[in-house]
Formats: sequence, C-alpha cells, structure tokens
Amino acid sequence: MDTKVKGKKAAAAKDIGRETRLALYRLQVELRYCEKRAYDLFLQNLVKGTSHLSLGQEAIAAGFGVAMRPDDWTFCTYRGHAHTLARGASMAGVLGELMGRECGLLGGKGGSMHLTDVSKGAMGSYAIIGAHLPVAAGAAWSAQYRGTEQVAVCFFGDGTTNIGAFHEALNFSVVWKLPVIFVCENNLYMEYTAIHTVTAVDHPAADRAGAYNLESVVIDGNDADEVYRTAVKYMTRARKGGGPALIEAKTYRHSGHSRADPAKYRPEGELEKWLERDPIKLYRERLAKLGVAEATLKDIEDETMRKVDEATAAAGASPTPSLDGIERNVWADGGAAWRN
Amino acid sequence: MAELTYRDAVAAGIAQEMARDERVVFLGEDVAAAGGVFKATVGLLEKFGPKRVRDCPISEQAIIGAAMGAAMTGLRPIAEIMFSDFLAVCWDMVANEIAKTRYMTNGQIALPLVIRTANGAGSRFGAQHSQAVENWAMAVPGLKVVAPATPADVKGLIAAAVRDPDPVLVFEQKSLYAMKGEVPDGEHVVELGKARVVRQGKDCTIVALALMVHRALEAAEVLEKEHGIACSVVDLRSLVPLDTQTLLSEVAKTGRLVTVEENPRLCGWGAEIASIVADECFWDLDGPIVRITTPHVPLPSADQLEDNTIPSAARIVREIREKID
Repeated sequence: MDTKVKGKKAAAAKDIGRETRLALYRLQVELRYCEKRAYDLFLQNLVKGTSHLSLGQEAIAAGFGVAMRPDDWTFCTYRGHAHTLARGASMAGVLGELMGRECGLLGGKGGSMHLTDVSKGAMGSYAIIGAHLPVAAGAAWSAQYRGTEQVAVCFFGDGTTNIGAFHEALNFSVVWKLPVIFVCENNLYMEYTAIHTVTAVDHPAADRAGAYNLESVVIDGNDADEVYRTAVKYMTRARKGGGPALIEAKTYRHSGHSRADPAKYRPEGELEKWLERDPIKLYRERLAKLGVAEATLKDIEDETMRKVDEATAAAGASPTPSLDGIERNVWADGGAAWRN
Repeated sequence: MAELTYRDAVAAGIAQEMARDERVVFLGEDVAAAGGVFKATVGLLEKFGPKRVRDCPISEQAIIGAAMGAAMTGLRPIAEIMFSDFLAVCWDMVANEIAKTRYMTNGQIALPLVIRTANGAGSRFGAQHSQAVENWAMAVPGLKVVAPATPADVKGLIAAAVRDPDPVLVFEQKSLYAMKGEVPDGEHVVELGKARVVRQGKDCTIVALALMVHRALEAAEVLEKEHGIACSVVDLRSLVPLDTQTLLSEVAKTGRLVTVEENPRLCGWGAEIASIVADECFWDLDGPIVRITTPHVPLPSADQLEDNTIPSAARIVREIREKID
C-alpha cells in the first residue's frame, strides 16, 4: 500500500513497513487507552497516591518500544506507565500496581512511580530526577563488558537536564563509549514551570550534549515514525560499538505534571494547539493516507479497548497484597532480618 | 600466615575475588593507574587490566549509579568512594536507589555490589574528610554495613561482601591503612554479621568498631594492669547484619556495657546497641550503659583538637573508672 503514495512523503514512508506501522499505531493506542483508564480509576478513588500521566507523549514510548530488541533495557522516570507497557509488561500488572493490588507488577510495594518488569527489560521507573541516567550507563557498561550488543535506553524529562547526575552520566558514557541512548522527552515544562524560564539554552538536552562530545539530535516527538527511525539508527550504531547518543524529542503532555496539578500555568490556546498535533490523531491520519482501511484501524482500537477493560477487571478482582509482604524482599534471601 | 598492612590486605581481598570471578569489576577515582590515594589498590590494574579496573571522573553519582546498573545486569562491581564523607554527594544513589530497589520491585532486581570507602578520623583532614559515617548507612533499610578493624578482617570482609547477593558498604578506617597484621594464607573470607570477641574479662564488656577496637584494647590493658578492672572487648565488625547473640551473651557475662564509637553523639551506632541491650538483657545489667562517643560537633583538624575529640584510650580508661568502678 505504501507504494501508492506519491511524492516526497512517499520516500520517507517506504522505509517503514505496513506491519511495523500498524504495530506503532496499536502500541500508541494501547498506551493512550491504558493511561486514560488510569486517570478514570484515579477519579473513582481506586488509584491512590500520585500518578504522572504521559497523555500526548505516546509516540516516544511507542517508537522506541517497537524499535528495541527484547533483551534491550528501558530505564524511565516516575512518568513511566507508557514506557513500561511499551516493553510488553502486563496491563493488569500495571493497573494492579496503581490500584495497590496483589497482581501489581511490584505486588503493591512500588506504586505508580516505580513500575518495573525485568522479564521484559523494563529495568525500573526512577522517581528521583536524574538518578537513572548513571544507572542506565552502568547497564550499558555491563553489556559492553560482556559483549552482548544490548542497548540501554534512558528516558527522562526536560527538567532532568538541570541536575548534576545528567551531566555526570553524559560525560561518563562518552568517555567509556557506552551503548546507551539518552532520550529527553521535552514537554516544555519541568513540573509546573516552563523549562525555558529556568534553562540557559534553547534545547535543554541537545544543547548540552555538545559540551560532552555526545552526538545529539532534536526530533518531533509526536511523530512515531520519526522516533522509530531515530531509535533504530542510534541503537544500531550503539550495538556496533559506536557509543552513546542523545535524542531530544519535542512533545507536550496533555494533562498536568501529576494528579495534583490542573496545569493552569499554561498560556491560553497552547494545549489546543498541541491537541491538533496529538500523536495518535496524526498517526491515524497518516495510516489512512497510506491506504490502511478504516475498519483495520477501528479493529485495533476496539481490540485495545477490550484489552484495557479486561485488564481493569483483572486488576479490580485481585486482592489487596498480603501483609506478610511488608517484611519480604529487603534482602536476596527474601527476608528483612538485620540481626541474628 | 603472612604479615600484611591493612592497605595491602584491601588489595589482596579485591584481587582474590577478581581472580575467582570474571564478573567482578572495580571502579573509582584514582584507583587504577594511581593505585588509590591511600595506595590500597596498588597492582590491581596491572594484574587485571583496564577493562576490569577503571579510573573514573570525579563523578560520585555516576560511579555509584554505574555500579548499580552493572550489578542489576549481571556484574559484581566494587565501587570506591575516596572518602566516606563524599557519600553525601551520591547519597541518593546509595540510600534511595541501591537500598530500596530490591524491595520496591518486590525482588525483581538484585544488586550484588560493594561500595568501599575510607572512613574515620586520625589524619588531620578536617570535618569533610574525617567523619565516621557508618551510622548513616546503618539507618537505611536495604544496606549491609561492615567496618573492619584488622588486615585479616578487611581482606575477609571485602571477600564476603563481594560474594554477598546484596549491597554491602565496607568502611575502611583510614588511620588503619598502615597497620600490620597476620592474614591467613590462601582464600580468606570472613562471614558477614559475626562479631569477634577480642579479649575476655569479667567486669565489663566494651563494644567497639574499626579503629575504636584498638583504642578499647589499649584501654583494657591499662584498666587491668593499673586498676584491676578486667574488660572484655567485642569487635562488632558488622553493623548490618548485627550479631546480637554475641553482643547479648558477652554483656550478660559481665553485667556492664560500654560502647566506644567515632560517630558524633546523636544516633551513633552505640545508641542502637544500648537500646537492644536495655530491651533484651536489662536484668543482666549491674549498672547504667555507658556510651563513649565523639562530642556532637563537626571534627576539628589540628592535632590536639582532633585527638581530644575522638575517643582515646585514656578517655576510655577514665570514663570506665568513673562510671563502672
């Protein structure tokens, strides 16, 4: 079908096959629907604590999720629902964790900000800004040491670029030529404050990379194809020993920083402008132009909604965690003993 | 038995484990080409090569973070933090990330790693290069904490720490690096969580750690010879896991407990020891528990000031005579 598209866009369109494109669409829809469900469950008081939604940023998680090898590693932040799901973590496990249920990925011990599924290469969601950049570099070191050609991908927000660990990790990764890809999701706001008001450069991540001799690129983070292409390019290079790269993906979160934030600091009309550039809306239009039938798209959406409903039901039916768990898994022996 | 310095025993412990297990890697500032600022890692680069023994930039967060990432993906890293005071620079990595990740992920992530660091006073380095901070680590669930007092123990405890499946902080006392002592030949491992009864006496049990073990022993000799007070000395070796069985049985034998620690007064490890003994063998006690600590001040640097801040043998003798006699 791709061959029917004429002109300049066709050339760009050809390099990604139909199956990959459908996978990119399906994954974005899945991330969107599941995240919306998380919000609904929060409104019903079934999700406690805090949660940081990535509505509007799905193209980045999906682009990488489709591009990564199953044994590659994802490191993400507390805004990590989408990145964890994008590696194939169970949706019931994610929603269950948000709801504090036994079926949760972490058995209710981590919560929204720490989603992890090691079996899928989702190596953790880190809730202290910047902490996971050095950790991702360390995983990349381990891949390099063992010669496995695995790549560590580290997602973080624009706000992270102003903390020390970001700078330490960039320098360290370049000096050791590590197979790690740093992905800045620049959604224009560090929590409640516009990033440009607190940062000395225009591109908070990419403009710093040069100081460390780290190759960087700024891309449209709302275009799943562009994310996918960039991910493949730099991950392939890293696997072959070409070292790290930094990708700054421009995007926008449709909701506030966390559940506590109504995002009233945003100028009038800004959200509306970005909703026009909703990554899922754009991608659906592109697929339609490329000749994907409406029924195919509708099927993906309906199937995904069913999957989210089933996951919600499974999570809701799961019991709350056993209290025995409180003193489990501090140590490798499964226990919490600190004395004899 | 060979006689080694404490610093050579550090290198021997690391070398023993690197030779045994290819997954063991070592990183830190000035540790490879320079052999460590305390010369405790001399020869490792030559023996194991630059792939396994790596010099790092002055980036404590990157060093500890990289050790964490490597540990969770199959390596067994040993990371050095040059001075234990610098743990404050990467405390997020240690206390928020490394300590909690196994628990928060409900056991999905294992972190078999070692953080070695030069701890404690005696070198006139002032308040930011002389602190004893083993009590910081003791207060964080998820960290194991050891502080060896002898060359044999520093080798054996480093070996045990490397083999342990959990994160272990090894606090090496920097005043002990030049100390000589017998170290068993061949493979040497000292189990974590086993206190060592160094000296037996009927009147009083002194519990100490690292450098303070030697001060306590010196004091015990004087107390016995000059004042007729016979003291036991227990070297805890390990704060987490804590050998409470040895602690409680030794205190029960004498009915008196004195703790000697380099930590400043508030929340030093001796407070936890006192609490356990008060809870669990109160009726065996013949008098109040005595804590001998550094006063609650940052450490001064001048000879006279530092020597009079950290517990000395003379001060231990004096306090025990005043409070126990």
